Amino acid sequence: MSGFLSSSVGKKYLMGLTGLVWAGFVFGHMAGNMTIFVSPDLYNQYGHAIVSNKILLYGTEAALILSLLVHVGLAINLTISNRSSKGIASSVKASGSKRTPLAAQTMIIQGTILLAFIILHLITFKYGEYYETTIDGVKMRDLARLMSEVFSQPPAVAGYVISLLLLCAHLKHGFGSVFQSLGLLHPSYQGKIKAASWAYAIVVTIGFISQPLYVYMMS
Amino acid sequence: MADKMINLTLKVWRQKSKNAEGSFSTYSVNKVSTDASFLEMIDQLNQELIQKGDDPIAFDHDCREGICGSCGFMINGSAHGPLKSTTVCQLHMRNFSDGEVLTVEPWRSSAFPLIKDLMVDRTAFDRIVKSGGYISVNAGNAPDGNAVLVPKPDADEAFANAACIGCGACVASCKNGSAALFTSAKLVHLSSLPQGKVEGDKRALNMVAQMDQEGFGACSTTGSCSAACPKDISLVSIAKLNRAFLKASLNKKPEVKGGEAG
Repeated sequence: MSGFLSSSVGKKYLMGLTGLVWAGFVFGHMAGNMTIFVSPDLYNQYGHAIVSNKILLYGTEAALILSLLVHVGLAINLTISNRSSKGIASSVKASGSKRTPLAAQTMIIQGTILLAFIILHLITFKYGEYYETTIDGVKMRDLARLMSEVFSQPPAVAGYVISLLLLCAHLKHGFGSVFQSLGLLHPSYQGKIKAASWAYAIVVTIGFISQPLYVYMMS
Repeated sequence: MADKMINLTLKVWRQKSKNAEGSFSTYSVNKVSTDASFLEMIDQLNQELIQKGDDPIAFDHDCREGICGSCGFMINGSAHGPLKSTTVCQLHMRNFSDGEVLTVEPWRSSAFPLIKDLMVDRTAFDRIVKSGGYISVNAGNAPDGNAVLVPKPDADEAFANAACIGCGACVASCKNGSAALFTSAKLVHLSSLPQGKVEGDKRALNMVAQMDQEGFGACSTTGSCSAACPKDISLVSIAKLNRAFLKASLNKKPEVKGGEAG
């Protein structure tokens, strides 16, 4: 299998699989955070339940970190080798039906900004100010308070919205490509994948964007 | 029927040889019949250049019927020009308007070294075919009509992929210079048929290895290749190539040492 993993096709398999791990994670993350709309207490309890389950927490973190390292490493490797394969690019970009979609053309740029966003996001929340609260006699982290502090600042909200729009583009191309990379594309649903990838990307993005906006408007 | 005539400005990539410095030269082409093909329009310009004692523009062409795969270059950044499912020899000037400025460039890919002007060396494709794009059966006499049964959908799929003329538009339109569409068409064409299935695994492993060795890029699923393909080869073929390559990698058997098998 070493030949498989060093081939251009094998690398795209890994790119797709690791991307799928994150695509699944962002959906779960977005859906779980929706508890903020119910009440800050429920949001805190949801967060507390996750960090209390060490197997789930460390298992998920390990899978995410490993996937991210492989995804980023391969992205750099493939971008360099693909650019050298292309050599000189055409001086004019195609228009009309032969045009390369912008989202597909700028995956490496979106990815770089998203990586920076992930790091900043972890510094802000996971490793941010630790407030405590007691709900139903249980001591837990008051993440809702931190969230409301962060998103009372318009620049933070704007930064999140922009990053999430990039996530939308990244998910759209990623979800739309993964079936082909993994060899699962089939004529019977080829046409529906485009619509499904837009739907997935938009649901995740709108869901995520609604959260800082809601907190900002409530503050 | 009276021809409509148009005047055009062409910016054409001129490069004397592989290692020479290239640049765009601008030409006015006047009184071009809208019934002429793009190549006939360049013929007309070349005639003028020859009469002036200039070097004519070099470009590949052969059948001029859209079936040989010899011709092809970029027109305003699109492989084979703005129309779908066509080659430049079958692209007619009625698709352009009077006074238009067109940028004409060769296929761009490190695996297709430039020979001269709009001509590139596509022998990398030949080497991919040589690595597995064939069936090593003893052909013998023509078999009985129904001795080998081929389901109709399989025959259709093989035929749709066999339509690939190897022009290189897929590589040229890909931002990564990937040959995934070409390689997949050659593989699916053969591996859909009973005679080709026998060597299916070997074919997938060898063709992908050769494709990488030639320096073609990886597939980013942008879809530009299929959009530019004069024969409309589908992206599904690339998925089939990927699947065949995974299956072949998993099935790979240790090499049999010579002399022990008898």
